[in-house]
Amino acid sequence: MEPEKYTIALAGNPNAGKTSLFNALTGARQHVGNYPGVTVERKEGVAFYQDIPIRVVDLPGTYSLTAYSMEELVARNFIVGQRPDVVIDVVDASNLERNLYLAVQLLELGVPVVIALNMMDVAEQRGTRIDVAKLARLLGVPVVPTVARTGQGIDELLEQAQKVAERQEPWRPLVISYGPDVDAGLEELTRLLEGGVPRQGLVDARWLALKCLEGDQEVMDLLADYPELRQKLEPVLKRVYAHINSTLDDDPEGVIADYRYGYITGIVRRAVETKREMRLNFSDKIDMVLTHRLLGPVFLLLVVYAIYQFVFSASEVPVGWLEGFFAWLSSTVEGLLPEGPVRSLLVSGVIDGVGGVLGFVPLIMFMFLAIAVLEDSGYMARMAYLMDRVLRIFGLHGNSVISLMVGGGISGGCAVPAIMAARTLKDPKARLATIMAVPFMNCGAKLPVYGVLIAAFFAGQHAAMLFGLTIISWVLALLAARLLRSTLLAGEQSPFVMELPPYRTPTLKGLAIHTWERTWRYIKKAGTLILGISIVMWALMSYPGLPEQEVARWQARLAAAGPAEAQQLQMDMAQARLAGTAAGRLGRALSVVTAPLGFDWRTNVALVGGFAAKEVIVSTLATAHSLGIDDPEDSQGLAERLAADPGWGPLKAFALMIFVMVYAPCFPTVVMTRKETGSWKWALFSVVYNTAIAYGLSLAVYQGGRALGLG
Amino acid sequence: MSQNLPLRRMQKGQEGVVAKVNTRGELGRRIRDMGLVPGTTIRVIGRAPLKDPVEIKLRGYNLTLRNNEADHIMVTVKEVEE
Repeated sequence: MEPEKYTIALAGNPNAGKTSLFNALTGARQHVGNYPGVTVERKEGVAFYQDIPIRVVDLPGTYSLTAYSMEELVARNFIVGQRPDVVIDVVDASNLERNLYLAVQLLELGVPVVIALNMMDVAEQRGTRIDVAKLARLLGVPVVPTVARTGQGIDELLEQAQKVAERQEPWRPLVISYGPDVDAGLEELTRLLEGGVPRQGLVDARWLALKCLEGDQEVMDLLADYPELRQKLEPVLKRVYAHINSTLDDDPEGVIADYRYGYITGIVRRAVETKREMRLNFSDKIDMVLTHRLLGPVFLLLVVYAIYQFVFSASEVPVGWLEGFFAWLSSTVEGLLPEGPVRSLLVSGVIDGVGGVLGFVPLIMFMFLAIAVLEDSGYMARMAYLMDRVLRIFGLHGNSVISLMVGGGISGGCAVPAIMAARTLKDPKARLATIMAVPFMNCGAKLPVYGVLIAAFFAGQHAAMLFGLTIISWVLALLAARLLRSTLLAGEQSPFVMELPPYRTPTLKGLAIHTWERTWRYIKKAGTLILGISIVMWALMSYPGLPEQEVARWQARLAAAGPAEAQQLQMDMAQARLAGTAAGRLGRALSVVTAPLGFDWRTNVALVGGFAAKEVIVSTLATAHSLGIDDPEDSQGLAERLAADPGWGPLKAFALMIFVMVYAPCFPTVVMTRKETGSWKWALFSVVYNTAIAYGLSLAVYQGGRALGLG
Repeated sequence: MSQNLPLRRMQKGQEGVVAKVNTRGELGRRIRDMGLVPGTTIRVIGRAPLKDPVEIKLRGYNLTLRNNEADHIMVTVKEVEE
């Protein structure tokens, strides 16, 4: 294919329909990645205008163009550094004034702009009539009405963008007045900057001067390299700051923002014929119920419950198919290859490992679908609104609720999508605290462990115990977050100030794209590393095997035994083999440390195996107790064995349940933490932090319980 | 007659015009980015179950902020109504 002729960058506010427009422009010809070094999504695609391919880069959705959030900085640096031929600014016509704030900043920068006046249908329904031609004349750039959801206006938008791109005109920054006080200082600074250096022909001197007055961190850092120039600028800046502080009791930054909005208000007053913006609309009426003081929380619980019902019932069948497929694959490979290390590696290492990841895909996919519905409908923001007051106590944010719920807030979730869901949090510290809190929740893989132990020692109290464990996990997760927020992640909370977008019916296309993107990211990112790790875990639990004489002895006994005994003997042999492996030895070595918790080497091996995936705990525990379990759900035998074992009791079982709930997150979670935090530091920290807390708690439970005479 | 109140003290359903935004730095910037500048008409839509955060309508859209953030916004409240 011929290279793209032009580059279009897509800018716009969150919720302005930028994603829909990007999808309408590029269709399926898009790929998603991250901007280097930050977890800001970078989307790129190709659009065609009269068979000419055009590169379209989707900038992150922002309200402004300052240097104070990763998204805004990424957007600004792309425009300044990459110099796209044209920027299409997606403006929500039903929310014109606030959307034009970003547009004006793009115009101030001077980059060629075409405005996509999106959601014209919504604006008209609300009774807002916009004179498009007049708006274009007042702003000095082409304005094209669009309805991105239906594709209306896309062709004309591309045509206008193409025209602007073809002209290849130099950047022409918009000059507006920010009031006499700022303007005077601005002129002086511009003159100083024009004489010297740092713009490298990229940006206008007046724009740099404006950013200096706004106290823009990035521009200030840039100027730090030019000490002479900076020496000349400093006194002017100081004087303007002092003057505005004394006359207007404000920073230049605030005054500049106020004047920008004044400029916008002037334009809107002339180009918009009718405005009924204070009237309560349909969305507000829905909110009267959904965010009602009493009905709101009830509805929130219902929604979360419904999501669980939906995700687990919808994924049950495809998960079953995948499990069946991998079981079939295992048995086929077993049939084709002779017994030996290669077969064992393929079956227990590769197929089980990959199967473990892929088997979860339907579940994760439906979870992402549910999250996409919450986001696209606008309800997600309401969840944050309803929960913020409670979560703030623990140093978290209203949006943390999504991650905590997905991670297993009412038992049976998964930490991997939960950590990915934390992307909706803009406050980096609250986001990290959320990621660290998620593994405390009771994910689906911990439930079989609880199942066995409850059946063995708390028979008949299944529901009560599970409820109790859910409460404990919430308390621990919130306290763990609180602890981090007052130590390693201490600091002021970022502003909450958040838009509550109007309720909208999600489009199928949008949902499909959202869901697929995230699911694919899970498969790609988790898949590769987990395969490697599962091979390592397999090796740990297979090598070194029994010495040859030992094997010969077992085989002699097996040959001599009758069919009734043979089965038991085989299980005993498996136990003996496990005891001799690296994992078995590790389990024994750890006994010194875990004895105060009441755990013996068998439990330790299972916990080591649980590092790979918590599902492994039950099956390893069974092998270590000379039991064969193929199906973790069918663990009756293990429960009976443990109940009959004199070394076990309710207290030890409870200590173990707490340990399993809290200790090191599984490898996929650790890998995802690494991906989402951008460093191994936090991933390793979560392993240490959780294991330390688990140890402390289990110790307290076991020793405390014994001191009280409970077991 | 009209009076100036911090946004926190406004009642549900009350309307007013922003008189002053008394905060700078990151919070001040966010508040202004969202169009909450002097001269803007706002209306209190409601409050979350624990009376915090507050939801307001301005410039044809809905915004929520915490009470401790609303403290910094002085509003000239329109009398009558309710």
